[in-house]
Amino acid sequence: MQKYILAHKKELTIINGSLLLLALLDHFFLTQGKIVPFALILSGIAGVLPIAIQAFQSLKVKIVSIDVLVTIAVFGAFFVQSYEEAAVVTFLFLAGHFLEQATLSKTRKAIKSLTEMAPEVSLKKNQAGQFEEVPIDEVHEGDILLVKTGGKVPVDGKVLTGSGYVNEASITGESKTANKQIGSAVYAGTILENGTFQLQAKRVGEDSAFGKIIELVEEAQDSKSSAERFIDKFSKYYTPAVLLLAIIVGLITKDIELAVTVLVLGCPGALVIGIPVSNVAGIGNGAKHGILLKGSETIQDFSKVDTMVFDKTGTLTVGAPRVNKVISNPEINENKAISTLVSIEAESDHPLAQAVVKTYPDTLKYPVNQTQVIKGGGITATVKGNKVILGNLQLIKTNGIKLRPEEMSQSKELEAEGNSLIFMAINNQLALILGIKDQLRPNVKTELASLKKLGVKNLVLLSGDNQGTVDQIAQQLSLTEAKGNMLPEDKAMYIKKLQEEGQNVTFVGDGVNDSPSLATANTGIAMGNGTDVAIETSDIVLLNSDFSRLAPTLRLVKSTSHNMLQNIVIAVGVVLFLLSSLLFSNWINMGIGMFVHEASIIVVILNALRLLNHRLRR
Amino acid sequence: MMKKAVINLEELACPTCMQKIEAATASVKGVDKPSIKVMFNASKLKVNFNEEEVTIEDIEKAIEDIGYPVIKSKVVTI
Repeated sequence: MQKYILAHKKELTIINGSLLLLALLDHFFLTQGKIVPFALILSGIAGVLPIAIQAFQSLKVKIVSIDVLVTIAVFGAFFVQSYEEAAVVTFLFLAGHFLEQATLSKTRKAIKSLTEMAPEVSLKKNQAGQFEEVPIDEVHEGDILLVKTGGKVPVDGKVLTGSGYVNEASITGESKTANKQIGSAVYAGTILENGTFQLQAKRVGEDSAFGKIIELVEEAQDSKSSAERFIDKFSKYYTPAVLLLAIIVGLITKDIELAVTVLVLGCPGALVIGIPVSNVAGIGNGAKHGILLKGSETIQDFSKVDTMVFDKTGTLTVGAPRVNKVISNPEINENKAISTLVSIEAESDHPLAQAVVKTYPDTLKYPVNQTQVIKGGGITATVKGNKVILGNLQLIKTNGIKLRPEEMSQSKELEAEGNSLIFMAINNQLALILGIKDQLRPNVKTELASLKKLGVKNLVLLSGDNQGTVDQIAQQLSLTEAKGNMLPEDKAMYIKKLQEEGQNVTFVGDGVNDSPSLATANTGIAMGNGTDVAIETSDIVLLNSDFSRLAPTLRLVKSTSHNMLQNIVIAVGVVLFLLSSLLFSNWINMGIGMFVHEASIIVVILNALRLLNHRLRR
Repeated sequence: MMKKAVINLEELACPTCMQKIEAATASVKGVDKPSIKVMFNASKLKVNFNEEEVTIEDIEKAIEDIGYPVIKSKVVTI
């Protein structure tokens, strides 16, 4: 019976509302009030039924919920024959509830659309060697699975046969396709846009990279800051206190109508959901754009940041060195010289050689003979009959090759700018000098300027690199401070020192070797992708290592934090306003009180919804 | 043997439902009370319980008895 009534809450609300409407029509147009009382009584009964059942259920587990307050108030209204109040209050309470539900699911939409990307089925190879569709729960490590064009990669794994183009937006936050060949790693939740492949399952379900992202976001949206836990505790005692207050008022004034009005006005409507709705909307919007915020506390901490500490390699810089400057001998054809260079370097796995090869991916290559590696110096080889010496300055000098004075000064200059140098001579004549350098990420400077504009006071660079390189970057980017030669532990110590000076410190790193700093800082931001460990050690993850999301992230957390504050002010303000109106004026009654309450709940939800439209890109 | 359950509920909307569900779950014997976590936005309940004292069905029933339908539960050993 109870279940039946609750299952038909919607119908009861409609009956409750239409009877109320009938009574109103009747009052003004029809029989001038003959059937009004009956319509109102029936309306009140239809409305109070589901509320009373919920009240009963919560009393069973010793909780004085809002339903209890409203039920007592409605019974009180019946008792003093104020049927109109009973009908209006129940209708507003029930209808408000449906409206809340509808708007609440909007605030949760962003995260829902993420979790719905999780794969549910998979084509698994059975013992007969055939592929059959099975629920994802039945896929285990080592299983062989088939993915066809348009299909979702069901697990993290390795491609065994076939190939294709995969959209990895769910992992990287960036809608780019990646080419997958035999041996490539593929990730659950990504979509095979073109091609077919078989893969071997490595990590399944919650263990997959995507599963971890979902778990993180799901936990984050319901995580609570200390302020929120306080409100939760407060509201646990608040409702019984209102009940007690109403009883006292009733006993003193002997005015039941006043007592039940206190009950309705005291409902803690918007207070309990004010923060969670802002939280879910803010975190949801971030997740949609590849910004994973680990919860309410992170939002509070990062919104108050004073000092941001950056790692260098992979954070301020791209982390992949490239040829920065080429000085060529005017007597030698530069294109041919570079082809010669790349042909030789392609055979080496030295980091500088790799940097050269990656800088010129499309260069014409020549056959290389008689390659000889000189340890700690470079390479000598024969290309198209020419003798080539390639390596550092020392190697060039020991082979008796002379640098002209201007070449000497230019190379000194490059070195001072933080470049590593490669020299190449063809037939004992210097052909090329290359400066190789890790590049700053594009837009780092404007991004740092935006952070300052958002109220970050100090920008600090801590790096394991030498002080010269670090100083040079600090000057280029107008940083507050820059320290070189720092080990991971030194960085964490330095952050601790800043915190002891009373600063709120955020650390931004690539997350690979900076876990001590990520953990020590008030907020740790990892520039990673969804597939690495950074996701566990940091508070915020910027998927796809996108530095240009840093300022938008700060803007989002500030807005979210403000939004929470606004919601608390609205919620507390409404209760104070209603109770003081009751004390100092005479226009207030149960119906208006309930209306204001329900309206305030809708207002805080709508306020939170604004966060979903918060623009993260300029 | 301790088990960990993740119970998916119908979408939670009312402000006090978290308190109610938490209290209802805590009232079941064999449930590890500090582990109870009602997730308002995710509409999920996470709880650890001792399978020798209580079954997942008992916990589901306690929640449904106070008016919150359970969609599905997932239990893993911890």
